Amino acid sequence: MSDKAAVVAVVAGHGQFAEGVLSALDQITGRGSAFVPVSNTGLNPSDLEALIASALDRTGARVVFTDLPGGSCTMAVRRVQRARTDVVLVTGANVAVLMEFLFAAEGPLGTPIGGLSQVGAIARASAEKARHTLAVFGE
Amino acid sequence: MSLLLNRIDDRLIHGQVVVGWGQPLALQFIVLVDNDVASSDWEQELYRMGVPPGMQVYFHTVAEMPVRLGAYVSDPRAGLLLVGHVETMQQLVAENPEITTVNLGGVHHAEGRTQRLRYVFLTPSEETALRAIQARGVEVSAQDVPSARPIPLDELLSARQTA
Repeated sequence: MSDKAAVVAVVAGHGQFAEGVLSALDQITGRGSAFVPVSNTGLNPSDLEALIASALDRTGARVVFTDLPGGSCTMAVRRVQRARTDVVLVTGANVAVLMEFLFAAEGPLGTPIGGLSQVGAIARASAEKARHTLAVFGE
Repeated sequence: MSLLLNRIDDRLIHGQVVVGWGQPLALQFIVLVDNDVASSDWEQELYRMGVPPGMQVYFHTVAEMPVRLGAYVSDPRAGLLLVGHVETMQQLVAENPEITTVNLGGVHHAEGRTQRLRYVFLTPSEETALRAIQARGVEVSAQDVPSARPIPLDELLSARQTA
């Protein structure tokens, strides 16, 4: 088994989005600590970019989930990506995509994921699966 | 429709602008005035990525605006003028009398700035610049999102770290 305490990704968003979505994830899976939350609250663009870059450096994670495609966290990650090519960004994050990514990223028996192309493929597959969890009933 | 909001926001195009204001104002275009962005294709592509389909973004330098603003003011679509710095808006106001209101939407913490609101931190020179804008007869208020109360400049500058 790999180190279950490893961080697999950073979650960044407006206000308390990241903490909230990770709280939900933790309640469902007990694995909320596999993600690092980042909030944009009170931060100027350069400080937000630095905070996200720091979270990636500190944890070794190479994926960042953000809440809104046009949001400041997404913009900040795009700037991080300009400086380094080993980061994958997924926008429009929700509990479903984080769960998909968590279990896919940990792999069979908790084996860690490999190179960036594998990380990117897992992120894309997770996003595609989670996309189908949006549903409307009773209209 | 013209330009419905002339906003200072150091995050430029982001959620509050494209969704928070964009939805209720039914914005169809943004005029982003920033000399650095106007000279960088990469920056422009980044900000274009941040707007929803159907919303146009036009990039200009400060120097271009006196000959361009008139067309945006008379544009039948709903638009928003956006700058990232207080000083940029001061320059625009000085050269473009069409600007009669200024929305202070977000100037975040940085060294040398004093907190005035949750989303407004200002240096003494930025405060002076805002007062100079107001002295030209321009109505200046702080308001991050449409549902918030607009806070007039005088009230803003008399406050320290209010909600």
